[in-house]
Amino acid sequence: LPLCSAERSNLAGVQHVLLVLSGKGGVGKSTVATELALALRVAGKRVGILDVDLCGPSIPRMFRVQESAVHQCDSGWVPVFAHQDKTISLMSIGFLLEKPDDAVVWRGPKKNALIKQFVSDVAWGELDFLIVDTPPGTSDEHISTVEALRPHKPLGAILVTTPQAVSVGDVRRELTFCKKTGLRVLGIIENMSGFVCPHCSECTNIFSKGGGEELAKHAGVPFLGSVPLDPQLSQSLEDGRDFIQEFPKSSAFPALAHIAQQILDGTSPQSS
Amino acid sequence: DCPGTGSAQAGSATACQGCPNQRLCAAGAAPDPAEAAELRARLRSVKHTVLVLSGKGGVGKSTFSALLARGLAARDDKQVALLDIDICGPSVPRMMGLEGEQVHQSGSGWSPVYVEENLGVMSVGFLLSSPDDAVIWRGPKKNGLIKQFLRDVDWGEVDYLIIDTPPGTSDEHLSIVQYLSAAHVDGAVIITTPQEVSLQDVRKEINFCRKVKLPIIGVVENMSGFICPKCKNESQIFPPTTGGAEKMCQNLNISLLGKVPLDPQIGKSCDKGQSFLAEVPESPATSSYRSIIQRIQEYCDLQHSQEEKII
Repeated sequence: LPLCSAERSNLAGVQHVLLVLSGKGGVGKSTVATELALALRVAGKRVGILDVDLCGPSIPRMFRVQESAVHQCDSGWVPVFAHQDKTISLMSIGFLLEKPDDAVVWRGPKKNALIKQFVSDVAWGELDFLIVDTPPGTSDEHISTVEALRPHKPLGAILVTTPQAVSVGDVRRELTFCKKTGLRVLGIIENMSGFVCPHCSECTNIFSKGGGEELAKHAGVPFLGSVPLDPQLSQSLEDGRDFIQEFPKSSAFPALAHIAQQILDGTSPQSS
Repeated sequence: DCPGTGSAQAGSATACQGCPNQRLCAAGAAPDPAEAAELRARLRSVKHTVLVLSGKGGVGKSTFSALLARGLAARDDKQVALLDIDICGPSVPRMMGLEGEQVHQSGSGWSPVYVEENLGVMSVGFLLSSPDDAVIWRGPKKNGLIKQFLRDVDWGEVDYLIIDTPPGTSDEHLSIVQYLSAAHVDGAVIITTPQEVSLQDVRKEINFCRKVKLPIIGVVENMSGFICPKCKNESQIFPPTTGGAEKMCQNLNISLLGKVPLDPQIGKSCDKGQSFLAEVPESPATSSYRSIIQRIQEYCDLQHSQEEKII
């Protein structure tokens, strides 16, 4: 794919860049990126999601656009729009695969090359927020993404964990990664925090409870909230539906809305 | 045309001339004959090797690897080794109750850390001095450590070598398959959860296995339903909207080894470094795990042991 030299950087029109990170896999990074984007959209913001998980790209399906393809324009790649009104734009390797089950079996250098292109060659246009969804770990994708984004002064990173010690253990390492790379930590989210049985309302802490909140306290970073396990949220992601608009009474909604509000409060003109 | 960065010709095919990646592809290639011989010698004492894979993170690979190792080691006459090649997120030490342990060197190489006399473990976790230490390495450095784990760890005579992996289809996975090509791998156990968001990644992992000719022992569907301890009703927290692992296995002609329900005690035991199988023997999840472990053991027993293989 040709590297375009745009006169103006493709990220010049992006107000705020934020990364969603976790040392741990399967804690809900893509879920948080998706729901945050949907909530910010309801608040009138234009949002983009850059999915740099090259081996396991989840974002296309979460917006029901997994069949879409990417087109080129003069300034680079045109992102895929999740809605008619173009308020959420997406870029993911998922859109570049010939078949959805094709495995991307690449070593680091090839991954790094595509990530550089993803950061510089997507014609995002004017965005209030660009959310970068990442794979678990502290390796090639993370190093390359942070390096490529550095000139664009990202706002910072949201770290997602589940409550149990095994997850928190990995997220502690991610905090170190942020410190070493000079990435500000906007806060920690404790996901899959408790499950309320829809039949009898008994709450069971399937993946334990409190570990994310304790980690935030221990590390001296903001705690953005606990999001409970919510089968309606899982179903919504499976179907690529807009959970924020369609299920405002569901158990995960209040926490997710609160997270978005904190991001908005943190980036409003009054705050500095 | 590009032979593929994972192929044996990566970096050396005619099409590679002039490719900016050429040098790097060639550097990541399969071990040279001397290295291959070294690895083969070290792994000669290993009878059965099982890789635990998933395209998706957080589905329970490490949990399963730990329980598989413990389950196999329940027989005193079997020697089991658990190797954790998740370099960035090593979960195995905690799950095996070995947090804070360090690796010791002897004349014959690195000593694994022993949980029981017949169950030894190796992980990058044992090389870190603090729980906050992050391993911020690019691919080539990770590959180097994985090679060292295979070459320098003195496992001794081992009946089962279980290898826990990070999610994905990248450096760690290519490297372990390439380095193990000097030895015999019985196959891979693939872990998933029921929802399509997981399955879509797992299908890629299955394609990876087929590409590198790694036999698939079967698939384990984890987090398969939750029974409320109070009212006993079942909830599908991770709904199998596209038929779950069962349908995927049917479509791809792969064995479904079993389904394991969610049980809060699983996470608790992992956090405490205890064996869930021993702590909660009456849980339905325990019976599922035991039956799956049994099937894997039977599969391995059908394979030729390493000594019998003509090299």
